[in-house]
Amino acid sequence: MAAITLKDIVKQYGDGFLAVKGVSLDIADGEFVILVGPSGCGKSTLLRMIVGLEDITAGDLHIGGKRVNDKAPRDRHLAMVFQNYALYPHLTVFENIAFPLRLQKGQFTDAQIKEKVEFAAKTLELQDHLDRKPANLSGGQRQRVAMGRAIVREAEAFLFDEPLSNLDAKLRGQMRTEIARMQRRLGTTTVYVTHDQTEAMTLGDRVAVLRKGELQQVASPRGLYEQPVNLFVAGFIGSPPMNFLPGEISGSTMTLPFAEVPISAELAPKLQGKEIVIVGIRPEHFEDAALVEDAKKGAGVTFSAPVDVTEWLGSELYAYIPFDTNPDVATTLEELDRDLDGEGLRTQLIVALPSETKIRDGVDADLWFDPARMMVFDPESGENLTWNGTAAEALDRENEADRKASLERAQAREKARA
Amino acid sequence: MKQLSTRAKIAWALITIFVLAYALFPIVSIFATSFKLPSQLNLGLFWPKTWTTVNYEEILAPGGSAQTLFLSSLRNSIGISLIATAIAVVLATLAAYAIARLDFPGKRMVLLTALGVSIFPVISIVTPLFNLWRNIGLYDTWLGLIIPYLSLTLPISIWTLAAFFRQIPWELEQAAQVDGATTWQAFRKAIVPLAAPGVFTTALIAFFIAWNDFVYGISLTSTDRARPVPAALAFFTGASQFEEPTGSISAAAIIVTIPVVILVLLFQRQIVSGLTQGAVKG
Repeated sequence: MAAITLKDIVKQYGDGFLAVKGVSLDIADGEFVILVGPSGCGKSTLLRMIVGLEDITAGDLHIGGKRVNDKAPRDRHLAMVFQNYALYPHLTVFENIAFPLRLQKGQFTDAQIKEKVEFAAKTLELQDHLDRKPANLSGGQRQRVAMGRAIVREAEAFLFDEPLSNLDAKLRGQMRTEIARMQRRLGTTTVYVTHDQTEAMTLGDRVAVLRKGELQQVASPRGLYEQPVNLFVAGFIGSPPMNFLPGEISGSTMTLPFAEVPISAELAPKLQGKEIVIVGIRPEHFEDAALVEDAKKGAGVTFSAPVDVTEWLGSELYAYIPFDTNPDVATTLEELDRDLDGEGLRTQLIVALPSETKIRDGVDADLWFDPARMMVFDPESGENLTWNGTAAEALDRENEADRKASLERAQAREKARA
Repeated sequence: MKQLSTRAKIAWALITIFVLAYALFPIVSIFATSFKLPSQLNLGLFWPKTWTTVNYEEILAPGGSAQTLFLSSLRNSIGISLIATAIAVVLATLAAYAIARLDFPGKRMVLLTALGVSIFPVISIVTPLFNLWRNIGLYDTWLGLIIPYLSLTLPISIWTLAAFFRQIPWELEQAAQVDGATTWQAFRKAIVPLAAPGVFTTALIAFFIAWNDFVYGISLTSTDRARPVPAALAFFTGASQFEEPTGSISAAAIIVTIPVVILVLLFQRQIVSGLTQGAVKG
């Protein structure tokens, strides 16, 4: 097990395309780090450079303190799980898992190999399938075989390249917890690439958000959610995504499409000299005004807006409220939408309400939100003007402490079992 | 699949019988003819009146009238076809590998040229080739047949192998490298086992093409130094000039069909899986 350090890693392809533009990232020993971003952001390229399947154009890659830029994949002692599993179709499940061991000639006796493979198979509940060929397995079983192959290596680190994207939704949830459990138990450094933010948020100790080959922010999932550094991270993290509204500033009030918001003393200096900003409010930060207690109501803003469509999900209800955006910020928001793999459809406010709400489509709904929770972004640079460095640091510190404690607990459980 | 009704079953059975009869009739006819006495060839019967192996003795037994002609041509056919197949498969494997894996300028050109060569009518190049071969001394030699055979076998080999190689998940090679294999080990342990059925199928197809050729065989040879079986059949003579060699020709035709049938029967599973691999994603 080892720490992985990336320093100013650059990848330029033969045709001059810059896929990764100088990424630096420290991955601690035993940490679970997610590389996340929309398609084409360079996350898979970065992973493939770590494992050695792509050359590094510039920068340094250290694994366990040693520079490995020029080492072949086999000398980096990493294990990788590919998106389509990359199982050897002509070998049985047993031989697939044993493959890395057999390659290390003379290191393991047949009995040792059998023991290791059976241990991995037991961990992944594959004992009944050891004699079958990959073609006869279900998607989830293939996925587990690929993980088994990674486990037996006792590698320095695990690398996952979108391992769950070929599975159906239910299985994906199961495998996600399976991966989390395995990582905690083995305590192996793990780098995991995904475009799915649910995977990123649930699995990662820390999440690195990439956009067009550039690192946007590395933080704990909570840090990304509560303190995103810019418009891109804010828009990428969260489901349904954050609402972005144009905010026109005049004196001490800010005009949003449906509401007027007083500018607080805290916010005022950050908005100095700006006429228009982009305001971000998460869907879950809106509330049905009828359900808000009176004591709390006064602290926020209540407004009325026509609801177009509602979606009832059992635990929640999503209400959609279309609005016309301000042309001054439209281009920025359109570009953001493109970056996030969006389709450039109508602009609408998404509001997540408790399922007991009486709000239905076609009515003017009375909604409430707390302006303290809104984020304000610079329309040109996309920078988060309400970003709070101390709060972000505190979140990350807390997260790091949580991670260590959870690893220790998992190891202790493992010892107790043995 | 839904159950077929009785009428549909009967209809299918009839169609199957018709197709089988249509396809197998010539072979059965030749088979029957090969056991007829030369004097009974024109009786107008389908099956021989008296079964005899005299035609086989004619071409195989020492002293048979066509024995030297047939055995030398059999040797030529086997040798030339095997060499042409081996060269075609090696070259086509390399070419198809490059076409499937690499992006290089002129890739489409290579494929289109191969296609062009393979649809070019053989008969139109045989005359110039005949003159050229005589001038440079390749006429009536093994090499003089192997080269034109390559022009038949290479294009189809390149096409089938390229199509086959495209289906191989090359990520396996990378997976093997990450698992600790050298480049060579990754190729040998992860790719070769997958590529083998395709190469094998291609080899069989190439062999049959060379084995069955007649036009080059008859035009570019003149003696038993290089004449292959299909061409040699045309030079069979009867035991006397009043006897037709039809019986011996039939016997020879049956004998040269046997290796093809055996190869196909032995390897039919590989051939089918080779031809259909990748059609259904596993």
